[in-house]
Amino acid sequence: MQIKTGKEKNMLIVSVKGKIDTITAPEFEKTLFSLITQGEKNLLLNFSELDYINSAGLRSILVSAKQLKVNNGKLSFSELKGPVKEVFKISGFSTIFDIFDTQEDALK
Amino acid sequence: MDISATITIPAKLEFLYESVDFVSSCAREQKFSNEKISEIALVIEEVFVNISKYAYAEKNDHDANIEITCKSVETKGFVIEIVDSGVPFDIMSVREPDLTSDINGRQTGGLGILFIKKLMYEVQYRREEGRNKLTLFV
Repeated sequence: MQIKTGKEKNMLIVSVKGKIDTITAPEFEKTLFSLITQGEKNLLLNFSELDYINSAGLRSILVSAKQLKVNNGKLSFSELKGPVKEVFKISGFSTIFDIFDTQEDALK
Repeated sequence: MDISATITIPAKLEFLYESVDFVSSCAREQKFSNEKISEIALVIEEVFVNISKYAYAEKNDHDANIEITCKSVETKGFVIEIVDSGVPFDIMSVREPDLTSDINGRQTGGLGILFIKKLMYEVQYRREEGRNKLTLFV
C-alpha cells in the first residue's frame, strides 16, 4: 500500500495505491488520523489505484469519518474500481458517503 | 473431473497471505475472472482473520490450525471448505449490521461476515467432531 497526499482547492486529496487489508489497514488509519489531528477537514480519498479493500479497511474509513464529523469535517471518495466499488455497494457505504466518478467532479 | 487440494496452516495472522494465495491459485486454475478471484480472496481473508482472532483461546496451541480445501465438483462447481478446531462459531447466526444508519449511528463491526455471505453463492456451516466446518460455494 502506498499513500500520497496533496492539496487542491479546499480539499486534501489522499490517493491510495495497492491493497487495504487486515495487515495494511492500521497504517492507513494512522495516516488519516494524523491528517485529521493536523486540522484537515475536507478529505477526498482517491481510489483510482486501489485494487482491494476488506472489512478492516472499511472500519478504518468509518472510524475516521466519525471523527471528522465531530470536527465538522467531511470524507468523500472518487474513482472506485471493480472490487472496491462492489464492497462499497454491499456495505451500504455507497449511500452514506459522497462518491464521485472523477476527482474533478469532487472538486467542483 | 473432480479435483481437490488442501493446505493446513497455523491460525495466525502472519499466515494470512499464504491462505489467500493458496485459494487464489486454485481459483485461477478454474479460470475465474480477476475480479471474481479478488472477491474470493476477500472472503478467504475475512474467514481466516475471524478464526485467527477468535477461534483459539490459547494462541500458541500447536493444534491451532486452519485447514483449507479447494474442490472442483462437477455438479456443484468450485467449493472451498474451511475447517478449524476452535470454539463453536456459526457465522450464519450472526445478524447483519444495519446498513441504512448514517455515519454517526453506523456500527463499526460485522462487515466481514456480511461480505462472506454476499459474495458467495451459498454458505453452509456445520459443527462436526469438535470442529467448525464452513463450506463456501463460489
